[in-house]
Amino acid sequence: MTEATATFDVRQLGPASVVDIRGDVTSGSEDVLMTAYADAGDARAIVLNFSELSYMNSGGIGLLVTLLVRANRQSKQLMAFGLSDHYRQIFELTRLDEAVGIHDNEQSALRAAGVS
Amino acid sequence: MSDLNEQATDDKAAARDATHWAKTVSRLNVSQVPAGAAGINVAGKRLAGPIQGFGKMWQKTYQVSLRRDQVTATDLIATWKQRFPDFWPEGNRFYAPLTGIEPGEVALIGMTLPGRMKLSTGVMVLYADDESFTLMTPQGHMFAGWITFSATERADQTVAQAQVLMRASDPIFELGLTLGGHRQEDKFWQHTLRSLAAHVGQPDAEVATAVVCVDKRRQWSRWTNVWQSSAIRSTIYMLAAPLRGVRGMSRRGRPVG
Repeated sequence: MTEATATFDVRQLGPASVVDIRGDVTSGSEDVLMTAYADAGDARAIVLNFSELSYMNSGGIGLLVTLLVRANRQSKQLMAFGLSDHYRQIFELTRLDEAVGIHDNEQSALRAAGVS
Repeated sequence: MSDLNEQATDDKAAARDATHWAKTVSRLNVSQVPAGAAGINVAGKRLAGPIQGFGKMWQKTYQVSLRRDQVTATDLIATWKQRFPDFWPEGNRFYAPLTGIEPGEVALIGMTLPGRMKLSTGVMVLYADDESFTLMTPQGHMFAGWITFSATERADQTVAQAQVLMRASDPIFELGLTLGGHRQEDKFWQHTLRSLAAHVGQPDAEVATAVVCVDKRRQWSRWTNVWQSSAIRSTIYMLAAPLRGVRGMSRRGRPVG
């Protein structure tokens, strides 16, 4: 439950930072996720790429909420793309979709983030 | 061959997803109301997470370390799920779903607040696996958020944990939490963990508590949540009980046909 089995790699794309998520996101992923957030630096938008997500439990969803709070506090947008139908439903169920912009693909997310 | 392995891994992950998470629901459905419970603040309500709440956002973690040779993480969670209401403090009732703590199931709750005020509410099981389960609150609950109960094995210990991620639902509950509600909630979960520890033969285990304010800001745009308040609705429901009784008697007295 608490072991980190996910990786978060950050790519800087102009005013946005894309975080490529791989593996299982659980409460044990807190440190690596927050390091990735710090690596994103001054980006105006944090774009989470879930294309390579294997699994996420409720602890992982809790982490996304705290990440969202941090981003909001620093006036950063939080977006996501690459969610499977299942995880789109989980975002709806937990009502995370009301605060995180969900996009079909990276291009669409980056466009929304103002990357031309 | 590697494609086949990949496919098998994907299928396994999909099966894990399907069994552990609740299905999407727009509004909660209460199929049966157990004797003594009231489904008034649950049926037809939407779920509300920390994003939908009003007050400051808190993460509260309560932990108790137990001897691993006496209980494993999976055994502890199985026991916790099975006997969840037994570990609660007196005066509070958790009406567990008939099928147990399973994803998507709704449980009703009867609570006693300070001043002997009775409150009817409930939760939905958002997520459940062998080592954890999460309960999420409906609109109108004291707080908007979820509680995750988990167990992990570290060296020779099994650590049981209850972690709450929440905001008070509305300004009234926020005031209540500030005026002693937080302390009462701490006591509630500390009692629960001590009872759990006692049940597995370790009554002297100490509960560690860590409280973090994740967001100091209040979401003033959410003050209208007060219209859904389970406290207000429970009070109205109780005050209207005599009226419902009179109405019921007059219906029974009316000739049929």
